[in-house]
Amino acid sequence: MINQREVLETNAMIEKENLDVRTITMGISLLDCIDGDLNKLNENIYKKIYDSAKDLVSVGDYIAKEYGVPIVNKRISVTPIGLIGGAACKSPSDFATIAKTLDRVAKDIGVNIIGGYSALVSKGMTTADELLIRSIPEALSTTDCVCSSVNVGSTKTGINMDAVKLMGEIIKETAMATKDNDSIGCSKLVVLCNAPDDNPFMAGAFHGVTEADRIINVGVSGPGVVKTALEKVRGEDFETLCETIKKTAFKVTRVGQLVAKEASKRLGVPFGIVDLSLAPTPAVGDSVADILCEIGLERAGAPGTTAALALLNDQVKKGGVMASSYVGGLSGAFIPVSEDQGMIDSVKDGALTLEKLEAMTCVCSVGLDMIAIPGDTKDTTISGIIADEMAIGMVNQKTTAVRIIPVIGKGVGEQVVFGGLFGYAPIMPVNTFSCDAFINRGGRIPAPIHSFKN
Amino acid sequence: MKKIIITVVGKDTVGIIAKVCAYLAERKINILDISQTIVSGYFNMMMIVDMTASDVHFSEMCDELDKVGEEMGVSIKCQKEEIFDMMHRI
Repeated sequence: MINQREVLETNAMIEKENLDVRTITMGISLLDCIDGDLNKLNENIYKKIYDSAKDLVSVGDYIAKEYGVPIVNKRISVTPIGLIGGAACKSPSDFATIAKTLDRVAKDIGVNIIGGYSALVSKGMTTADELLIRSIPEALSTTDCVCSSVNVGSTKTGINMDAVKLMGEIIKETAMATKDNDSIGCSKLVVLCNAPDDNPFMAGAFHGVTEADRIINVGVSGPGVVKTALEKVRGEDFETLCETIKKTAFKVTRVGQLVAKEASKRLGVPFGIVDLSLAPTPAVGDSVADILCEIGLERAGAPGTTAALALLNDQVKKGGVMASSYVGGLSGAFIPVSEDQGMIDSVKDGALTLEKLEAMTCVCSVGLDMIAIPGDTKDTTISGIIADEMAIGMVNQKTTAVRIIPVIGKGVGEQVVFGGLFGYAPIMPVNTFSCDAFINRGGRIPAPIHSFKN
Repeated sequence: MKKIIITVVGKDTVGIIAKVCAYLAERKINILDISQTIVSGYFNMMMIVDMTASDVHFSEMCDELDKVGEEMGVSIKCQKEEIFDMMHRI
């Protein structure tokens, strides 16, 4: 039988160390909503999402109460809208009406965020994909809950550099369209390489076409739990360090597995995956950077950071994989800047630069995330940053992403506040040497060779 | 069996266990196990109970025990057993 020590340990994780289930995300296929008439399409989308997810919030809240563990977000991801709107949408504004429908249904159901205003263009863009991408600034500036993502590359297809170039422009336009709000639109827009079909985390979540009609994916969190566990093994060797992370990741993931199975049972929707990510929040004690410091760095960004992060990422996976029957999504350690107090401090102290963050993305779960840069950064420079990050993902067969916010009207040294889970960030300097000629070439970067690994 | 873990944490006073047990008896909730410690003046109790025979719904029980706790200035938390089983047993 369960003993008091175990109960106290679990409850200390929840109450003192910010253990929570970060999100229950219901993936919903919209393929059966396709219609040539725009009004009918919007109507179909609203109805399908509403009927599928109307109980998501109440079921999530009830599970949280029964187990005494917070479930922070309830979210929805849908089939990439670029695939759904093609028959009905003849202009970017037509696509934006779908964004508004998604926003409306999300608010009516009461979910926090809806993702899937997306296009998959890793090799080429259809007319519909391009119209969707061009509608992103309007879509994100006229809605509150909609998240958008564009997959511009993969290990199998290479990188679509036309899309990379376009996304540099679109990010700037989105920043301009939301400039009165510190360019917050860009915090809901992510550019991906090797995007997974079953990711429950935003802004990159969409419901892939290889998925079932509806699915429940769960993302766990718990940087604070790992940090606290590591405090007890200060000065011990790497073996002890790694074992401690694995055991902790196991426990955290088990909670995710339990919540996912329960939600699936009560909603009558199949269980998809648990995403094993360590997702920080701006709350003190809920930081991945603090774990890196606990491992032995003065600040995240110091020499040794990439190795420490690689170790952390790998042990989280090793511990988590056994705890869940199906693991998927992004699964690893997230390193957003604005959403992690330790990262923010590192940037402010000059310990962490954009270039070091880029190196860290080679070994962590995603990429350059929630980074504020000067509003006057050139479009092509943003495209260059995206291209670099996509290349890392393509060559290393991993998901990488860029969620970068050129804050219009602000420069290096200033600060931007996004609020809530998005946090706040100091604006980071960007290398200003030009890459115009590179970005303006047009075309694509071929897929990498899959042999001769060095 | 519908096993629930009840934890009570707070400043030690007379009659904490008595009041919680009286409520459980009234609601036909059977106590399977109790353990209790005092750590630096703070009362820490864990109960494993079975609510199979009870006529009260889980969320009602939580709310009612909340009130019982409030009256004594302690916090009472109810959780289904599975979360601990999942985390601590393979």
